[in-house]
Amino acid sequence: MELLVASAIGVMTASGIYLILRLRAFPVILGLSMLTYAVNTFLFVTGRLVVNRPPILSPEAAGYTDPLPQALVLTAIVISFGMTAVTVMMALGAFLETGDDRIEMTGEDEGEDEGTAGDGARAPEDAR
Amino acid sequence: MSHWIILPVVLPAMLAPLIVLGMRHDLVLQRVASVAGTLGLGAIAAHLMWRATVLGPEAYLLGNWPAPFGIVLVNDRLSALMLALAAVLALIVVLYVIGSGWDRRGRHFHALFQFQLMGVNGAFLTGDAFNLFVFFEILLIASYGLMIHAGGGARLKAGVQYVAYNLAGSTLFLFALGTIYAVTGTLNMADLAVRMAELPEGEAALARVACVLLIIVFAVKGALVPFQFWLPATYALAPGPVAALFAIMTKVGAYAVLRFGTLVYPPGSPATGDIVAQMLLPGAVLTLIAGMVGVLGARSLGRMAAYAAIGSMGTLFLAIAPFEPRASAAALYYLIHSTLAAGCLFLAVDLVTARRGDDALGPDRAPIAQGGVIGALYFAAAVAVAGMPPLSGFVGKLLVLDAVRAEPYGMWLWGAILGTSLIAIMGLGRAGSAVFWKPHGAAQPAGAHAAHAPAQPLAFVALGAGLALIVALTLLAGPVTGWLGATAAEIHTPAIYIGAVLGPAGG
Repeated sequence: MELLVASAIGVMTASGIYLILRLRAFPVILGLSMLTYAVNTFLFVTGRLVVNRPPILSPEAAGYTDPLPQALVLTAIVISFGMTAVTVMMALGAFLETGDDRIEMTGEDEGEDEGTAGDGARAPEDAR
Repeated sequence: MSHWIILPVVLPAMLAPLIVLGMRHDLVLQRVASVAGTLGLGAIAAHLMWRATVLGPEAYLLGNWPAPFGIVLVNDRLSALMLALAAVLALIVVLYVIGSGWDRRGRHFHALFQFQLMGVNGAFLTGDAFNLFVFFEILLIASYGLMIHAGGGARLKAGVQYVAYNLAGSTLFLFALGTIYAVTGTLNMADLAVRMAELPEGEAALARVACVLLIIVFAVKGALVPFQFWLPATYALAPGPVAALFAIMTKVGAYAVLRFGTLVYPPGSPATGDIVAQMLLPGAVLTLIAGMVGVLGARSLGRMAAYAAIGSMGTLFLAIAPFEPRASAAALYYLIHSTLAAGCLFLAVDLVTARRGDDALGPDRAPIAQGGVIGALYFAAAVAVAGMPPLSGFVGKLLVLDAVRAEPYGMWLWGAILGTSLIAIMGLGRAGSAVFWKPHGAAQPAGAHAAHAPAQPLAFVALGAGLALIVALTLLAGPVTGWLGATAAEIHTPAIYIGAVLGPAGG
């Protein structure tokens, strides 16, 4: 099971990083989601992998599984969920304002309103 | 257990929803509430500073759960100092925002501002590594909103970059925390310090990995080369006063490095050795060079101020890296100074930008309205940022130089600091002459001078107050460094902090 969990975390991290490097809003958001899945799974196993044990100390049970990572994962999931929502909204805003979903800054001075017209003209093909 | 310690988190946390829900249609009420809240934070921070000075570090147990199991907040001299600095900078920024009318250009500025303060204050106070992550996220999510305040395509785009970079950083933070928990079985910082010191030999490698990951995360926050790429576009394109407030955010990274580097990973610790210092020092020198060369090469005022902020982080990390009390005291003095100076520079740049329409450093521009006053304010801020006498940047750099003199390669560090200071002076001088002097030499069409000259007395007062604080920091350098010396001595004796959290038995 260790091998399965570890390789799942590794694969998710790798695909997350690959997607982030695509530099388009949608793949980047997907990549960040993959990364958060990976880290949530990782956090979950930091209390060691234990199967079929209660998350509390109990005289009847043979052992227990660490409850703290489960609380940490819950917090991390909520935060990453909120963050993803914010990112989607901001990426959507940037796309609607500039007509372009590229993440990297373009244009000579990176950022004054210059280039908006050019970007707008390119928008239809970029949007696909 | 004093309930004062949780107030810096609770006050903005209550005020911000109140502003959103109860005052959303009344800007005047929002402004009053925001200023009153920030003043309140200042008063609380002053009280906490007094407590930390007189009573020593105190822990606040949330829900009164005993220390290693429940969540703790800790108020010691360092935390109280950072709280006070954040409150002072926030007051300057909020007055400037009201004076310049930035809060009119979008919605919910003041609510986001208070949430940002909540996150910053929480990050300074928390004694629990996982809550450090949570407060980082709070301050980041508020900063995303502030960064894209007033909108615009370029700003939104820079905002997306900023969010993506910081989300990746947050993920790394979680990986680091997970590894730390797997190794030590705790996330309470005082408990971590105890467990890290008695770590069995076989676990040291994993502990070192976690340490490196954690320092990378703090380096992302503190814009240390090679993790500084998010900063220039973000700060240059954020609204001016928001960039000024962000001056405290990079300091959160510096604070976290200082806290973890002295408490959890003290120099010479059996598990991690001097790994933190070895990572920081080259990064700091490169940050210093990259920042100051960026100041000289920037083609817009906003970018120039952003690179100046990076350069000052380089100096700051250079002073933190030795992890010895005298250097830390110098670092803290420079931290106070550079926060105020970077904030003032961003505000001065914003005054210029508001009158020119953009902040490009091109030739053939009309002189700006109120150029004399703004030029003087810019000059004072630039003197402070460059670290020239007579302002506190000079004192700060002198303290840093004196502290790193005994280090190996001390002369090379001197060369880096002094050389980059010269480059910064050239860059700031070039930008100032391009904006304030050259337009007068060029022939101007009649009426070009009549660019709009908004009357913004409060904005000028706010910026002036910031510069006055820098002057005060210079004049009171003696008492301030004395207090900071005691602060540095306190953080370099981790037993004091551990004793305050876990009780004498735990330490």
